[in-house]
Formats: sequence, structure tokens, C-alpha cells
Amino acid sequence: MSFEVTMPQMGADMTEGTIVKWLKSVGDNVNRGEMIAEIETDKANVELEAFESGTLLKVIAEEGEVVPVGEVIAVLGAANEATPEIDRKPPAVTPARREIEPEVKAASHAPAAAPAETTVSAVAEQPHAGGAPEDGRIRISPVARKIAGDAGFDYSNLQGTGPDGRILRRDVEAAIAKAPASSPATAAPRPATATASAPAGLSKMRQAIARRMAQSKASAPHYYLTLDIDMTAALEFRAQINANATDEQRVSINDLIVKACAIALERRPKFNAEFAESGLQMHDRVNVCIGIALDDGLIAPAVMDCQAKSLGRIAIETKDLVNRAKAGRLRADEYSDGTFTITNLGAYGVETLIGIINPPQAAILGVGSVMPKPIVKDNAVVIRQVMKVALSADHRVTDGAEGAGFIKEIQNLLEAPAALAL
Amino acid sequence: MTTETTARETLGAERLGMFLYQMMLIRRFEEKCGELYTKGKVRGFLHLYTGQEACAVGMMATLDEHDKIVTHYRDHGHALARGLDPNRVMAELCGKATGVSGGRGGSMHLYDVSKGFLGGYAIVAAHLPLAVGLGMAARMKKEDSLALCVFGDGSVGEGEFHESLNMSVLWKTPTIFFCENNLYGMGVPFKESLSTEIPKLAAAYNMPAVSVDGMDVLAVYEAMQKAVAHCRAGNGPYFIEAMTYRYRGHSMSDPELYRLKDEVDQYRKQDCIDRLKATMQTAGYLSEAQFHELTERVEQVVHDAAEFAENSPQPGLDTLFDHLTKEPAHG
Amino acid sequence: MVEMRMRDALREALREEMIRDETIFLMGEDIGAYGGSYAVTKGLLEEFGEERVIDTPIAESGIVGVGIGAAMGGLHPMVELMTINFSFLALDQIVNSAAKLHHMSNGQIHVPLVIRMASGGGSQLGATHSHSLEGLYAHFPGLKVVCPSSSADAKGLLKRAFRDQNTVIFIEHTANYTLKGEVPDDPDYLVEFGVANVLREGSDVTIVGYSGSVHQAMRAAEMLETQEEISAEVIDLRTLRPLDMDTVIASVKKTNRAVIVEDDWLFGGFGGELSAQIMERAFDWLDAPVARVSCKDVPLPYNRNLEFAALPSEEDVVEAVLRMFKE
Repeated sequence: MSFEVTMPQMGADMTEGTIVKWLKSVGDNVNRGEMIAEIETDKANVELEAFESGTLLKVIAEEGEVVPVGEVIAVLGAANEATPEIDRKPPAVTPARREIEPEVKAASHAPAAAPAETTVSAVAEQPHAGGAPEDGRIRISPVARKIAGDAGFDYSNLQGTGPDGRILRRDVEAAIAKAPASSPATAAPRPATATASAPAGLSKMRQAIARRMAQSKASAPHYYLTLDIDMTAALEFRAQINANATDEQRVSINDLIVKACAIALERRPKFNAEFAESGLQMHDRVNVCIGIALDDGLIAPAVMDCQAKSLGRIAIETKDLVNRAKAGRLRADEYSDGTFTITNLGAYGVETLIGIINPPQAAILGVGSVMPKPIVKDNAVVIRQVMKVALSADHRVTDGAEGAGFIKEIQNLLEAPAALAL
Repeated sequence: MTTETTARETLGAERLGMFLYQMMLIRRFEEKCGELYTKGKVRGFLHLYTGQEACAVGMMATLDEHDKIVTHYRDHGHALARGLDPNRVMAELCGKATGVSGGRGGSMHLYDVSKGFLGGYAIVAAHLPLAVGLGMAARMKKEDSLALCVFGDGSVGEGEFHESLNMSVLWKTPTIFFCENNLYGMGVPFKESLSTEIPKLAAAYNMPAVSVDGMDVLAVYEAMQKAVAHCRAGNGPYFIEAMTYRYRGHSMSDPELYRLKDEVDQYRKQDCIDRLKATMQTAGYLSEAQFHELTERVEQVVHDAAEFAENSPQPGLDTLFDHLTKEPAHG
Repeated sequence: MVEMRMRDALREALREEMIRDETIFLMGEDIGAYGGSYAVTKGLLEEFGEERVIDTPIAESGIVGVGIGAAMGGLHPMVELMTINFSFLALDQIVNSAAKLHHMSNGQIHVPLVIRMASGGGSQLGATHSHSLEGLYAHFPGLKVVCPSSSADAKGLLKRAFRDQNTVIFIEHTANYTLKGEVPDDPDYLVEFGVANVLREGSDVTIVGYSGSVHQAMRAAEMLETQEEISAEVIDLRTLRPLDMDTVIASVKKTNRAVIVEDDWLFGGFGGELSAQIMERAFDWLDAPVARVSCKDVPLPYNRNLEFAALPSEEDVVEAVLRMFKE
């Protein structure tokens, strides 16, 4: 029987040692407790004793060699024993880092044991079910809150991506970057003032959007209502109109919505008003703004006097407006005199769009794509063409119930579109 | 050698055989500890008791089961001599759940309350006042027990040494102060760190003090008998200095630059085991065959202890916060 | 209910507990004939005799060690260290033995010991005699740290300390000894550890204090109410170990602001621990960074003006609160 002699652990912090000298030669007899080698650690020279008696059969580590703790350096055995085939082995693991040694057998608490004594520890609060804050307080990091505050951005409906749904800096920044695309700003250029305080790298249009959207969110408390509108009838109606129309006269879905809104706004004039400290300022003209995406931002010029215009007229004027907007040839009143805005991302396949009110107006209608959807009609599931609309309205001007009346009005007009022909 | 004669006659073959067995057990146990340390099974700081076995065995032989013991960090010998299970002591050194301290203490912190073994203390002299308090409690509760406090020559420079001796005499606590003087406080010879002799310090506090040959188990036993009788009679504390020697370094990483090999060899010639063996053989108490049998027994016990430790489980990670404080059981 | 000063309430607690439990005895420097440096043990030597009220040598480490040993031997000692300033001499015994024996012995040993000490500055005692280091002891797992602010709590907590099986560091602010308060005379009146006391409800800011600083917190709260119309909730922690963080967190979630007041030094003080835990557990409820009003980072000077300038005042607390409400 042979015994391996390994580089000894001589002190709690020793990781390797040098063989200074072998005190025994191969073939020598060794008694237990006898010194067989001199080892140098990084602290001192120490002697290695034999833990078994026998004959030194083999020396594996030569004098002068540096050997990790636990590695075999020699073999002891019986005198007549053949030298075993032992070569360098990987050393026993000496944990260099704070690694918990794997151990299958570990004495844990028996199930019947008394409960562990409680200790007061600083652990993070358990997240609330569903991520909803227990007291309505919104989880938002201080830096995100500051950025949102500086931008006048309302984060109350923002879904955070941090732990427990916490709104993080990146969430607010992304939301602010996106927000204007869903809510057109009237980009009234004011070069003199804008450049003075303009942050570097922002176009004037971007500056205007940033300023106006922040102003809107900061001053106008928004409420939001959404509704599905069954557009099946409206699409048929549009197909009939367009069957014999010239290109200029062709009616878009958006034109139908503009017309419907114009009628609804006439019937419910508080949505065609603006808030002032002195009181509501009602507008006689119904100037419906249309959000138009441009390369470096967006603009929302108005189709003027929609209350007095037919659907066909609206279609013609809207095409003209879009062309002039892209060419940068809008009139000043088209910039500044809008009384209501429609922002439509239907062409982008968006389902719901909740807009930010275009100040100083009282409301904005966000329009999503018309999509085929199964709905229940007369106790049967049928496929209908459904469009989601979202009304964002200034709570200082109207209340939710009024908003509901207004948006229902639009729904009724679009679901029974004959009235739009008037 | 009248002491030896008296003690030898009083104790008889059986008890002397037990002394010899215990000293051999401690010797072999410590060798095994050293081996397991070099193999990384025992970790941390390891202070071996080899050479000092007569002290532990001689002192523990005089105590009752109700007596309390606090000792220093070179504590394996005291634990084994007090009758702690070698398996569980070795398991403790290996940090296992079955260890006497559940793997939470290690070499320097062995405890077994059921044996009145209230710990090894790793801060020099920190346990001296505890022994005064233990003696005080025994006295106030009108119990017959005493407190044995074992410490090294390195302790006598600590303030707590002096505070404890003083209070122990003031309040007449049944405390035995047992100083194992192995000549070195780590690597500093005690004569270089103390301006007087150790028993004189005790005498200065009006405490009876003796100095004995700590490599003679019978001398230790006799001195301890007197100390125990003194304490049990309600006379207050007693001080013993036992002159002894450790064969190994202070701890495993000790290069022993402060002493010569010669010195170690000189002390090995007075080895406690060899001396008791010779005494017993002279008295006809021990045959070679009996000695061989003892050797085999010790070998087996130590082998079993190492195997027990090796095969024992680690403490579960879910026990990490156990025993922070003692609270009433729930429900 | 009886009105009494805190020192008398403490003495009542000691008396009642010594009558209830014969294993309780007192040891300390000048607690016998002298009656205790702060007169807490006055008359107890006469009542209980020198076996149970023991004057010790001036040897802090030794007497705490003796207390630990006696506790291990089955008694329930109380060691009075006169003041926290002298407890440094006994730090090893407290930290390495009293706090750790239960854990190191795998639950075999426990150390039922009460160590009382006076703390706090403000009396022109100079730098060596003016420490407020409740937080230092709270740092060590295994200890319980108690620091009452009123007579009633002093009695209830000290009585509770003798019902505990662990070492309780019982710290008494010297400014509180003379405070009078209503104290229940029920001999079973106990104040549980780890239960903070909401001394004053409020909605705008939570002010957390312990020991002496509770009084600065209360006065600041009154000033805020009358002068600034700010409603402050004041919490007295009562015990730092165990620490009732739940009460603090619940309050901060309500008020969204927290100010910590303590006599400890700012740098590395206990307030830093409280602040960190509030940050960890109530991050999303904070409207302002947690504020700490602490002792300035200097040894307390002897001169009255300098000493007062270093110690936290109610004005400092008010100022810290107002900073939170500034635009």
C-alpha cells in the first residue's frame, strides 16, 4: 500500500510552496513523524513530516520546484513495492474566491425544528402583485422623475421597465421622444427666442414640439376615453362615393373622420373651445387640424371652417393641405387657428393612439388602424372592420361624461355614415 | 520523587492507565490534526497541544462533573481530557455540523455544556474574568462546583489577568487559575515579556500559588488536588503555574525561528508520556503488550474520529442565522 | 400611573425585577454606598444587601467579564459601567464574548446579562466623557441595544431586559435622567423590544430619533406645525437591536420624507444605517433624499457654545425639514 505525500497546507493563507530540500532519498526508510522535506512558503521555511511510515518510493517534485498546495510531491510505500504510476495530479481545490464548496450532505433544519429566529434584515420590499403600487404612488426613479418634470411630461400612464415596473430614465426619455409623434404641435417658428435658449442639435421644429407638448401636459390635465368604432358601413359608404370620383375628390377614411368630428363639434361646442382663466372661450369656426408626419417632426395644420364644408370639399382641401405642408407653404392661420385636432396613425398599423392635446385646444382625437376583428353582433360572432379611437380632453373644459357623449357622437356618425354626405 | 510515589500509590494501575491512555490519545489526535491541516481538511488557525498533555490530563482528573472549565485556544487537549467525544471534536475542526460547536466554532472555540466545558477562548486572557464570574455564580447559588481557568504565560501581561485575580480574591470565588507556562507567548520568551515570576503575581493579590512540573502528570494532579480542596472549602481562588513545553510551533505556519532544535529535543527527553510509562513499568503496572494495546486503541479512536469527521455533513446554509440570539420557543 | 424622573423609573425597574427574580444581582463602580454615579441604584444596597449589590474595582473589562461568567453560571447579572465612555475598556468582552458565545457554541451557551451605561453630550464634560455610541453596539450581531427616551419606556424596557436571555446593552442618555413622566406602577409593565413608538402622527415628514434625540425631534415637530404648517410624524426607535424598521418604513411611505436625528456622529453613524434601509425599502416613496441631523464630525469640545454648535438642535431639524420642502 502506498501513500501520497502532498504539498502541505502550512498556514491559513498558503497557496503554494517550494521544495527547498529533500531530507530523504528514494529507497530510504521513513518513520511516521520524521521530517522528509524542507518546504519554503511565502512566510517561512518549514519542515514536512511523514504522516505514515514506509519507504520513499518516488520523488515527484524536484528541489527548487514551486508546487501548489495539495499536489502530490512524493510517494511512500513498502520497500518491495513497485513504484506506482503516479504523476502530477491537479491539486485539491483551494478556494481562491469565496465559493461555497458543493456538498451533497448538508445538515439542514429538520422540518419539525423550531422556526428560525427572526432577524431584522434590510431586504428589498416584496413587489406588490401586479406591480401596482399599493397607495397609487407611481414607482419612478429620481432621475426619471426629474427628466419628466423638466420636460413637462406626464408619466402617470407610462409603464416602467425597471424592477417592479419602476419607470427608469430610459423609459421617460423614450416616451418623451415618441410623444410628439402621437400629438401634433403647431410649429410656429419663433427663431429669435428659440435660438437664444435652444439646446444644441435640436431643429426648430423639434424645439417647438418639445415646448408645446410639455406646455400642454404641464397645464392641461388630460383625461382619456377610448372606443371601438365599427367602420364596416363607413368603408362601404366610402367605396360607393369613390366609385365615380376623380383622384382629387377621392375620400379617405380620415376625411370621413374629419367630417364626423366637424358635425360632432358643432353639436357639442365645448370640445371646440379653449380654456382661459377668465372662462371658456368658444369658437364659432370649426377648424380641424390634421397631424402630418414630416421628415424632421410633424405639423398639424387646420382644415378651416369644416362646419360649412361638404365631405368632398374636405377631401379636396385636405389633399391640398398635406401637399403644401410637405412643401412648407402653409398659411399662418392654418398654423395658428385650429380648434380641434385629429391625429391618425392608421396608415402605420397602430391599434391605439392616445394623443397629447394641441394647445390651446380642448381635445384631440387619436385614431388607430381599421382592423378586421371578431365582434359579437346579434348573439353571433362576426368579422367587422374595427377602428379604435381615443379622445384626450382637457379636464378644465369638459368632464368625462361629456367626453363620452362627444366620442359616442362620432361613433354614431361613422357607424351610420349617411349623415356624412350632407 | 515523593510526589510521584504518593500519587502513584493513591491512583493505582487503572487510573494511571487512564492517564496514559488520555495523554497518548491527545498526542495522536494532535498529530492527526496536523496531518489533516496540511491536507486542507482542517483550516483556519490550528494550535497543537503536543508536549503539554500532562497538564490537561492531570488537571481534569481532579474535577467533578459539575465543575466548569474555560480555557485558551490551544484547547483540544483539555476537551479530550474532559471527556468530549473525539469524533465530535475532530468534526468541529473540520467544520462539520456534527462538531461540538456545530461547525461554527472551529479549533479555537470548542464547547460542550453537558460536560461543563464552556469553551476555548481565542482572545488572550478574555476568559479569566469569566472564570471569576462562574465561580461567583457557584458561590451565590451555594453550589459546590468550582471554575477552572486554563491560560498560557502570554496572558499575564493582559489587564484582565490582574483584574480577574484581584476580584477573585476580593470576592473569594472558587476559581482555579491554571497557567500553562510553555515558555513562549507565540515566539517571545515569557522572561522577556514579564518583569517578575508568574506565581509572584498571584501572591501579590494574596492568592495561594504554586509552580509545578507540567510535564509530570502526577505532579499536576497533586497540585490540582490541593487547589480543588482549597476552593471547595470556600477559601477562594488558587493559582497553579505548570512549567511545560509545546513540541510544535505556535500554530501551523510557525517557522520556529525563536528557538533551537536542541531545546525541543531536550524537552522531548522529559516527555510526559515516556515518563508515566516508565513509572508504571517500574511499578509493574504496565507490560509491553498492554502498552501496545493502548497504542492500537488510540490509533483506532483517532482513525475513527478522522473518518467520522470526513463523513459528516457540512452545516446547511439555511442554518446560517441560527443562534444569533436566544429567543423563547414560538407557539 | 405615577409621575417620576427617569432615574427613579430605572430604580423602580431594578427593584421590582430583583424582588421578582433572585438570580438578578447588580455590580458596578460605585453602585453601592455611593448610590450610583447617576443615583439610579440609590438605596438598593440597603434593601438587597451586599451579596446582590456589589461595588467593584474600577476594571470595566474585568467586571463585564465577571458578569458574562456569572450569566453563564446561571445568574442574571446587571453590570453598570457608569458611562458609555468607559465601556470601550470592556469592548472585547462585550463584542467577543457576550455577543458571540451563543452563536459560536451552536446555541449551547447564552449570556443573560444587562449592561447599563449613561451616554450623551451636552454637559460640558469634554470629548472623552460625551459619547453617544448606541449605534456602535447596534453594529454587533448577537447584542440587543436599548435606549429609552422617557420614564415609562425606561422602566418597561429595563424590566423587559431582565426577561431576555441575551446580553442587553441598556443605554441611558444623561439628559433624560431628570425628565419627568407618567409611569405605570404595574409590576408586570413591560415594553417589548423591537417596537418603535410613534410619538406624534403627521403626514408630511417622518422624523426618527432615539434616546436623547427624540426630544429634539419632538420640539422640531411642534415648531414645524406652528410656524410652517408642516405636519411631522415623530418615531422613537426605543431599541436599535432589534430594530423596528417596519414602523419607520410605513411612516415614510405615508409622508414620503425622512429625517433622522441622533447625537451620534454623522460619519458612519447609526443614521447611515437607517438611511440605507429607508432607501432600500422605500425608494419609490421618497420625495427627497433622507436627511440626517447628527453630531458634527468633531470630538465634543468643552466650551459651551462650541459644544452646542456641534450637537444637533431642534432648529437643525427644522432646517433639514424645510430644505426638503424648498422648490
